[in-house]
Amino acid sequence: MVQRQKLMPDTTSTSTAEDTRQGLVHRHLLGLKTYSSDEISLILQTARQFRDVLDRPIKRVPTLRGVTVVNLFFEPSTRTRISFELAEKRLSADTVNFTASGSSVSKGETLKDTAQNIEAMKIDMVVVRHVSPGAPHFLTQCVDAVVINAGDGAHEHPTQALLDMLTITDHCGPLEGLNVSIIGDILHSRVARSGIHGLLAMGANVTICGPNPLLPLHLEDMSPNGSVRVTHRLDEALEGADVAMALRIQMERQGRNLFPSTREYHEQYGIKLEHLERHPDLRVMHPGPVNRGVELASEVVDHERAVILNQVTNGVAVRMAVLYLLSGSKPSAAD
Amino acid sequence: MEPQDTIKAQLLDAHDMERMLHRMTRQLVETFELDEDHADSLGLVGMQTRGVHIARRLQQIIREVDGIDVPLGVLDVTMYRDDFRMRLKQPEVKETRIDFNVDGRHLVLVDDVLFTGRTVRAGLDALTDLGRPASVHFLVVVDRGHRELPIKADFVGRKIPTLPGEEVRVRVQELDGREGVWLVDHQDSSASGGAPTDSTASKGDVSTGNGPTTETDA
Repeated sequence: MVQRQKLMPDTTSTSTAEDTRQGLVHRHLLGLKTYSSDEISLILQTARQFRDVLDRPIKRVPTLRGVTVVNLFFEPSTRTRISFELAEKRLSADTVNFTASGSSVSKGETLKDTAQNIEAMKIDMVVVRHVSPGAPHFLTQCVDAVVINAGDGAHEHPTQALLDMLTITDHCGPLEGLNVSIIGDILHSRVARSGIHGLLAMGANVTICGPNPLLPLHLEDMSPNGSVRVTHRLDEALEGADVAMALRIQMERQGRNLFPSTREYHEQYGIKLEHLERHPDLRVMHPGPVNRGVELASEVVDHERAVILNQVTNGVAVRMAVLYLLSGSKPSAAD
Repeated sequence: MEPQDTIKAQLLDAHDMERMLHRMTRQLVETFELDEDHADSLGLVGMQTRGVHIARRLQQIIREVDGIDVPLGVLDVTMYRDDFRMRLKQPEVKETRIDFNVDGRHLVLVDDVLFTGRTVRAGLDALTDLGRPASVHFLVVVDRGHRELPIKADFVGRKIPTLPGEEVRVRVQELDGREGVWLVDHQDSSASGGAPTDSTASKGDVSTGNGPTTETDA
């Protein structure tokens, strides 16, 4: 009955004009492929408000008090796990961490059994990282909890793409019409996959660039009407670009040699100081951890137009926003 | 109003609102002994969304009449609400921006309608996280009763006793394109029964404020 807070659409100066009060349509965040621009805008808008909390003397709000979140990390991760954990703590959620090594997984328990056992302990949300693409999706079929994908194999890493988009809007304004080039190992990159889905949904122009063996064979899946531009030449990718997103060369996912050497990769695809000088408005991003002297020259990492640390700060804010927006979605919430 | 609203009466028009806000600024000036030397002891904090506009109005009147600039902040309490588990969709988180130091300052929280008291309860929690004010006072345009918490406003524009199923709508020019206070019947789809159900019959005839007038003042 108390609906007073949400009367009538606000067409006011106190908030941005987008009418996003419909909330998220999705119950989980498995990937950005199916998220609409309205949903992405809502997450980014909400993240900006949560980022303000991080600048206060007391960096904690009681929003998710009583909500229990499990961080299920079946694959090594430092910053994503810490970022999620901090986001959960800043929102006053109760958190439990689970890592594959030294747990029941190493005794041979299946993902389904692990998840159902953890759910039997009454949890509300699961943040999952797994080597297998689709693992988060599978989890939604065996547990009632809200599932957030923190990276599944080479499939998607939606919160990374969201924090990238937030960082881009901070520095370059609205995403629509911006030129974003993603450079490097597109083939193995869930960051690229989520980024492409999100950026295209928001109306940005996306170019991908890398040596042929590191580009995906089947682009149609990511690029419905050929809207992603593909190039093998770094100069072409940087020409007219507002943002260059360099991806990490993932040695652990290679298995076989797809390019001659890291030194040669740096020669052809590494972003160097001369590129920043030639493109005075270009911003450089990297999902981390950076291999200095491979994807980016060391001076570029420390350059003022490299916004890598802003990405990290935005990561906590974006994850707070996602946790908040999805926390309300219950399968049978009647009132 | 809202789609489900049926207007029962217009309680205040723009002129009444103006006079009421003017009166409340006199109370503020007197209570906090505002003059040029003490301008910095007070801060207005408008609660999203309409409280912000009301607070801005109060600030303007004090500036025009007394020549004193009282600082104004904006507070959104969404992160501090207690009905989190009862909702299907999360409400939009709006901006919180208080650019002045709240420590040691007298603050006046400003909202449009005081009802259950839960919003201002959340507001107090939010303020506590921002610092340690010397005192917090509470100003509302309309107190409509039905408190669910032991909370009381210090400055009240108008007390309007209401029935269950009724709502009070404060509307401001900047946001709504019209100004005044209305009493409406609100048909919430999930609301309890008991209230009349002719929601589609006569909605939105604001200009004349027609419809059955009910007891408004006590």
